[in-house]
Amino acid sequence: MSPGTRGHRTPGADLPDHPDRLWRSAEPKRAYDVVIVGGGGHGLATAYYLAKNHGITDVAVLERGWLAGGNMARNTTIIRSNYLWDESAGIYEHALKLWEELEEDLGYPLLFSQRGVLNLAHSLQDVRDSVRRVNANRLNGVDAEWLTPEQVKEVCPIVDISPDVRYPVLGGTYQPRAGIAKHDYVAWGFAKAAADLGVDMIEHCEVTGLDVRDGRVTGVRTTRGPIAARKVALAAAGHSSVVAGYAGVSLPLQSHPLQALVSELLEPVHPTVVMSNAVHVYVSQAHKGELVMGAGIDAANSYRQRGAFHIIERQMAAALELFPVFARAHVLRTWGGVVDVTPDASPVVGLTPVEDLYVNCGWGTGGFKATPGVGWCYAHTVATGEPHPLNAPFSLDRFTTGKLVDEHGAAAVAH
Amino acid sequence: MLLIPCPWCGPRDEAEFHYGGQAHVAYPEDPAALSDEEWARYLFFRDNPKGLFAERWSHTAGCRRWFNAVRDTATNEIHAVYRVGEPRPVTA
Repeated sequence: MSPGTRGHRTPGADLPDHPDRLWRSAEPKRAYDVVIVGGGGHGLATAYYLAKNHGITDVAVLERGWLAGGNMARNTTIIRSNYLWDESAGIYEHALKLWEELEEDLGYPLLFSQRGVLNLAHSLQDVRDSVRRVNANRLNGVDAEWLTPEQVKEVCPIVDISPDVRYPVLGGTYQPRAGIAKHDYVAWGFAKAAADLGVDMIEHCEVTGLDVRDGRVTGVRTTRGPIAARKVALAAAGHSSVVAGYAGVSLPLQSHPLQALVSELLEPVHPTVVMSNAVHVYVSQAHKGELVMGAGIDAANSYRQRGAFHIIERQMAAALELFPVFARAHVLRTWGGVVDVTPDASPVVGLTPVEDLYVNCGWGTGGFKATPGVGWCYAHTVATGEPHPLNAPFSLDRFTTGKLVDEHGAAAVAH
Repeated sequence: MLLIPCPWCGPRDEAEFHYGGQAHVAYPEDPAALSDEEWARYLFFRDNPKGLFAERWSHTAGCRRWFNAVRDTATNEIHAVYRVGEPRPVTA
């Protein structure tokens, strides 16, 4: 600043410049090798691994809103791999191993915090199921322990373990390597890394149709014009049925609102993640200090990103039952996203009856934790035309063969 | 929260109801004759439209009767309610 202008500055003129963009927002080209429909966590991770693992960089990620503004912005960020069946342990544990090196791999901070997850048991049947799951986890190389109520209290001192409450805590499973991450940073990290490798991020571009010729997909129609594609990979979460329907593909999905909420910022009181299927809530405390809570879906199908208040009321009641100390906290914000739920509470990842059209959907209430794992496997599926061994069990035809992967016990509410 | 017009009791809060999913899904007349694909379709596949959807509700905290509704899943607006056994009304 020259001495003559001192005292006569334009307000704001000395503010720093806009920081560098993490990725450039691209204009759609006329054709791509791979078009990914959906710019959420899964779509972005798939784009990244297509470029990094398979050298496929002529890729567009199409997002109807802004990147990672759907369920990726709305989830409760819980990461764990303590599922019951071998198939689930395979893909979720693969994801967790990737999470453990992801900050370094992407060169971007994710606030990944392995603070553990407790899944509480409140009835004798809960206890039996939980111990069985601990044993199954260990056989699959997934870290898991069964904790007594006193040990639960040691891990998380604010849990009420008194025996005279309506649903006493009879113990819990503990996965120490589980945790949380900052969902926005995860999306931005994948988007930046993928864009650096040449992937086009195309926002405000809604897919309105799929072109299918002789049983093979040839491109997409969008609000920004038609785009030809050698392969199309759907990653549209709650809107998967709508998008797949453009190609005449039916999916065994029902779309429901899933709500979550946060409290005001509080001092650190909650050192881990606590989930309870029986009293119906899951709670962690974000780095910034807000308590983050979620529960089950709203029962009725809907594509509205909001739900009914009685669902919130019940999950608050459940939270208070477990954590009496929360009685004086306040709800700061509630919101909803649209989740696509399958009959067996496991995802659908793989081929479709239409050639070169791939589907990744059905993650229901629990897709965030799988983000790097499914991106890795889905990219393999799209690149090679064959399912990766870890997502092969999650094929669409399992509903015909009957080989379901029933994860209602480890997933249902408690995703 | 939805305000659902029960055909017998009138408009009541959603919390009084139990949801029953897609309406008008008939049990196959001869299940044993179905192919695996047809059986899978009956068992696991339901419509999931973004738009008008005919669905079942039970007024569990009221008259305890089942009925059908046509609701727009994009707006949650309920266009019609009708009794079990009646055909789906034509709605705009």
